[in-house]
Amino acid sequence: MEKEGAIEKIAGPLVVANNMRGCEMYEVIKVGEEGLLGETIRLDGDLAYVQVYEETTGLKPGEPVIRTKAPLSVELGPGILKNFYDGVQRPLESIKAKVGDYIERGVYVESLDRAKKWQFTPTATEGSEVVSGAILGVVQESKVIEHKILVPPTIRGKLLELKEGEFTVDACIARVQTDAGDVELQMMQKWPVRKGRPYKEKLDPEVPLLTGQRINDTFFPIAKGGTGAIPGGFGTGKTVMQHQLARWADARVIVYIGCGERGNEMTEVLEDFPKLIDPYSGETLMERSTLIANTSNMPVAAREASIYTGVTIAEYYRDMGYDVAIQADSTSRWAEALREISGRLEEMPGEEGYPAYLATRLSDFYERAGRVKALCPESEERIGSVTIVGAVSPPGGDFSEPVTQNTLRVVGDFWALDSSLADRRHFPAISWLRSYSLYSVYLGDWFADSIAPDFMEQREEMMGLLQKEAELQEIVQLVGADALPPRERGTLEVARMIREDFLQQNAYHEIDSFCSLEKQYLMAKAILQWYDGAREAIERGIGIDKLERMQIKYAMARMKYVPNEGFKDKYEEIQRAMKDEFEVLIKNAEEAP
Amino acid sequence: MAVDVSAREYTTIKEAAGPLIVVEGVEGVSYGEVVKIVTPSGEEKTGQVLDSSVGIAVVQVFEGTSGIDTSKTRVRFTGDIMKISVSKDMVGRFFDGLGRPIDGGPEVIPEDRLPIIGAAINPTARDYPREFIQTGISTIDGMNTLVRGQKLPIFSGAGMPHNALAAQIARQAKVLASGESFSVVFAAMGITHEESSFFMRDFERTGAIERIVAFLNLADDPAIERIITPRMALTTAEYLAYECDMHILVILTDMTNYCEALREISAAREEVPGRRGYPGYMYTDLSTLYERAGRIHGRKGTITQIPILSMPDDDITHPIPDLTGYITEGQFVLSRDLHRRGMYPPVDVLPSLSRLMDEGIGPERTREDHAGVSSQLYSGYAEGRDMRDLVAVVGEEALTDRDRKYLEFADMFEKEFVTQSRNDDRSIEETLNLGWDLLATLPEGELKRIDEHIIKKYHPKYRKAR
Repeated sequence: MEKEGAIEKIAGPLVVANNMRGCEMYEVIKVGEEGLLGETIRLDGDLAYVQVYEETTGLKPGEPVIRTKAPLSVELGPGILKNFYDGVQRPLESIKAKVGDYIERGVYVESLDRAKKWQFTPTATEGSEVVSGAILGVVQESKVIEHKILVPPTIRGKLLELKEGEFTVDACIARVQTDAGDVELQMMQKWPVRKGRPYKEKLDPEVPLLTGQRINDTFFPIAKGGTGAIPGGFGTGKTVMQHQLARWADARVIVYIGCGERGNEMTEVLEDFPKLIDPYSGETLMERSTLIANTSNMPVAAREASIYTGVTIAEYYRDMGYDVAIQADSTSRWAEALREISGRLEEMPGEEGYPAYLATRLSDFYERAGRVKALCPESEERIGSVTIVGAVSPPGGDFSEPVTQNTLRVVGDFWALDSSLADRRHFPAISWLRSYSLYSVYLGDWFADSIAPDFMEQREEMMGLLQKEAELQEIVQLVGADALPPRERGTLEVARMIREDFLQQNAYHEIDSFCSLEKQYLMAKAILQWYDGAREAIERGIGIDKLERMQIKYAMARMKYVPNEGFKDKYEEIQRAMKDEFEVLIKNAEEAP
Repeated sequence: MAVDVSAREYTTIKEAAGPLIVVEGVEGVSYGEVVKIVTPSGEEKTGQVLDSSVGIAVVQVFEGTSGIDTSKTRVRFTGDIMKISVSKDMVGRFFDGLGRPIDGGPEVIPEDRLPIIGAAINPTARDYPREFIQTGISTIDGMNTLVRGQKLPIFSGAGMPHNALAAQIARQAKVLASGESFSVVFAAMGITHEESSFFMRDFERTGAIERIVAFLNLADDPAIERIITPRMALTTAEYLAYECDMHILVILTDMTNYCEALREISAAREEVPGRRGYPGYMYTDLSTLYERAGRIHGRKGTITQIPILSMPDDDITHPIPDLTGYITEGQFVLSRDLHRRGMYPPVDVLPSLSRLMDEGIGPERTREDHAGVSSQLYSGYAEGRDMRDLVAVVGEEALTDRDRKYLEFADMFEKEFVTQSRNDDRSIEETLNLGWDLLATLPEGELKRIDEHIIKKYHPKYRKAR
């Protein structure tokens, strides 16, 4: 008979079990009569400390505890996309079908539907040698994603048999002769969530992940395979930002992780994604997305697991050669879950009660991002990427706290949200002075080749003007704007235009929500051309008040609402009108005595 | 293995400390189980198991541990988790913090007994809140719209009129399309008798008392009971909303006292403290209250929550408002500055926010110009407030014409838009038109946040021309 342990102590999500010698760290454990799912996080002689992914109310000492002898794993195969999971990959729709509107405990449902049949089209040839990562065949998983069935990372050998037809995910589709004997392969494979999937080589981040957000793409771009953090106090727009990235990022697959956040926010994603159209494929966003939701009131240990579940799924699609983007909202809630469990273990706390290993865990997670050469046969080169963007919710909006600081040490993009911008409804409330992107140096060539040679110069000029504005504002605070010379007031005016007409972007506006890179470039160009014109006019003695009241400025303020298609015409129209207006101003000034 | 019921009563209290007792020699005690305690003097108390190990149980006692000894006090483990008897007849009744009637009426005849720890709503079962609630208060309806199924707290401070505001919302709130009003579930945690009777008088005066369920734990009631009070109230609210098809407005006041009780227990258990001594799991704990607001597909009733909390020293970064703001869908922030200047309601719109506003407004819900007007008012007022700071340093003379316009705009906004009387029930039309009157004082070119065709349709200048 299977040796089993018994519950010794229950304290919140932590259960201590006895008679567990031989148990491994991070092994999945079934706790109590109901078989609640848990995972060992500490071993001490005969005792195993288990974090339980479900509500523990009602458990009693003495109830049985059973080992499964396997680490916490996810099921990888067709059916992940368009699905909606909890933190340990249980499909929420199936839970609802089984137990109703509330999430009850002890519900066991398969992560991938075992009844659904998928049309499998083989592409490998029987009798050939296959290696890890080789493509056996394909399944049309959604309208936009062709799911490639790969030879799992640990297997290589001669392909004895390859089937064709409709199969469920657990049916045998191929047999491989390996050194350790014949192995049957299914479309589904399992992978432990806490272990990164292997790849051949990591590449430099030299291709941008476009987001359609002006401040992100033009000012602080992120690379495919890069990492970014969005820290901000409540109400500064972290979640809207994450939703925007999930909607408009030019990744092929999106993994959205709602980690300890609001239920209604996940419902919003769930309602929106099947309706919104992906600008790259023309199909709905849901066709390329999978959602993981472990809301704040769902069990805290499953929240801890949710980001690993998400990143493992992302790596799986990366291995097929896709660009995958992860939105994790919010990593602070994940860190708090870590802290709560650590507190129950009575570990020695580090800063603000967080465990000392917080930094290690955070960097382990972000390091799973990257643009890589995936495992595949020598004859092929397959490149895929995982980009991770994590929201951070610092208490009191104070960025000096441990989660923000430890995150900043490992991420390449820092999009700092500023509550004073949010208060005046300047959205996205990303502070242009505090934020940075480490990728802009790698990405300059791409922008120059793909959009325009002076793309980066324009960016630098705009950032310079905003920096200058901040300095001038300090003087204005002391002496008032009237006391500044006209040239400086021209700088203040163009900086205002950059802020209001370029950086501000309305996520809820039908057109403004997504701005193509070309439109971004031309909008910036128009603003800088106005500045050139204004400087010249100032040289010729034209008063700043006349420049402030120029008609063209109204048209420029509305550039953002002009559709992406055909924006070039609008830009040319603005350019002409601007030139004319400046000429008239100068002419009038010269004619006047 | 069946447990003999008589064996489930013990007199083996080993330790009593603060709100906790430790009972030895126990068997088969489940985590979260309800405990009945009888002191030597015959007083009966209720508790709940916080920590269960082989042979030892830690119990929190809601009524406090006074009178408990370590030899004669009897502790009985009921084998049941905390539940409340619910019934439609609870409407119009008053209960104490543990759900016992205190209005002299009979015990509730239960239609159901429900565990007070609510399970999490499956996100796929939720229906996104988007029905506009008209509260008749401009700063709320116009700038931070409340929708049915939302949780939107009032962040206040000692001495500010948060109670008057909450009562006004409860009184005036209605769904515009259907004209339906709300039934109120009211949970008081550690508020004074005076505050509580203010609400009761107000409810009585307006006849709302007929559609209210009140759970009262007042300042002199046991502190630990406050952990249970909001859960009793929310369980009742869920029953009334989802089983009896009612629209419920839950007022929880004062959440600060709830969090203090949480901290007291945590300290007694010698847990590793988080910020300012509050337990590290306070975020999760608060979310199990706030997340019980919402709507569910296929069920008629809804739960809208308005928790009230007083920010210690008006500090919005204090852990209680901070963690609350991360869970709730926005916040109304009251400003001491406005209050001191005699303005009611002193809602400071700049830090206030309603996250669900965008879905709740617009054509067919409120009016097509709503989003633009609100955004423009925000930016105008923010700009005007900046000018105020500037004037304090450089004087008004140093301002440009444009800046001066904004300065005046901010003053008018506070006097005419923010300020209204305690009985003023403004329709959304009135609120938006008022907004336009203010915006009309700015040059039209400044109205960058409003679509051009909307300006042509609603700007007073064009309305008059037509």
